[in-house]
Amino acid sequence: MSAPPIWAQLVYLVAAVCFVLALKGLSSPRTARRGNLIGAAGAALATVTVLVSGDLDHLLPIGIALVVGVALGALGAYRVQMTQMPQLVALFNGVGGGAAAIVALVELNEIATTGGSSTFQLIATAFTIVIGSVSFTGSIVTFLKLQELMTTRPVTFAGYPILYGLALLSAIGFGVFLALFPTMVAGIALAVIGAGVGVLLVLPVGGADVPIVISLLNAFTGLSVAASGYVLDNPLLLVAGTLVGAAGTLLTKLMATAMGRSLGSTLFGALKGGSTLG
Amino acid sequence: MSEAITWLTIFVLAAFVGIEVISKVSSTLHTPLMSGANAIHGIILVGAILVAGHADSTPILALSLVAVGLAAINLAGGFVVTDRMLQMFVRKRPVPGTGTRPEVEQ
Repeated sequence: MSAPPIWAQLVYLVAAVCFVLALKGLSSPRTARRGNLIGAAGAALATVTVLVSGDLDHLLPIGIALVVGVALGALGAYRVQMTQMPQLVALFNGVGGGAAAIVALVELNEIATTGGSSTFQLIATAFTIVIGSVSFTGSIVTFLKLQELMTTRPVTFAGYPILYGLALLSAIGFGVFLALFPTMVAGIALAVIGAGVGVLLVLPVGGADVPIVISLLNAFTGLSVAASGYVLDNPLLLVAGTLVGAAGTLLTKLMATAMGRSLGSTLFGALKGGSTLG
Repeated sequence: MSEAITWLTIFVLAAFVGIEVISKVSSTLHTPLMSGANAIHGIILVGAILVAGHADSTPILALSLVAVGLAAINLAGGFVVTDRMLQMFVRKRPVPGTGTRPEVEQ
């Protein structure tokens, strides 16, 4: 992929600054709404820039997918009831993670056919695929819990820790395998394992603790977007993803503290019998 | 300086900025901030558009277009839902009960 023109790179820098100002604004009640609008302006700027500067084929189908996505997202956000906002945020976070995983898979397909990527880039690709998938399925399970489409009680079963451990080990194993032998098969296997880990991560979390886990998965998606920025040679994605990853991690900790919980007891409490029951 | 180190430098500095700018957030803003941060990572849309624009086979294009759609949902929906949350703060009145459509009230 050829580097974008200088003016486009400068606009990406402006968009990155908008995201910093957005997070800054959102931290104070007086400036929160303006901060959010600055973030949206930065995002719109970056989207227009990539469309006109990217030397892209298939602009018509891309435009249609874009308009459909924007319409669905905005419509969902306008129509949702106040009480259902947390699960909608979880859903938005999940589709973002899914998008990051797909982008990395498509890029892996490119790498597998043309080659010429560094080991670091392959590691970042594997990371994006697995963390994006974790975020996708994890967020969907949190959505199902909050929407009460499944039990809000912590779910565990005999052999859960062993299965969880095996899933994590195989994620690392396939990640290393992908870095050594970049093939689509390894990428898809990694996506499937990541999807499994995401479900296992959220199952033992009680209903009252779910917002903390949404925040954690939000940070995960941020990190996978950051890694995809490295894979795609795009500093804006790296900066935006890292901002969200770092801010989201701290926010997760702050939320857990505000609720008088530790992150460890939130995620694994049910295994020790100490979790809140939704 | 090798290229990987440049990227690592950007990553580390952005991580510090991300922690620093939200470190003084008041606890009432936890949920809107999470929602706003969630919207920001929807910028993966830029990556999705790039891979879709360089797709050279139909299955890959179809997969990339799914990513474009999902990322657009994340980005647009994220900012809109955050704005709606924040409107509630500004109006400073009780959250309407379930079943009440806020659009009707405005």
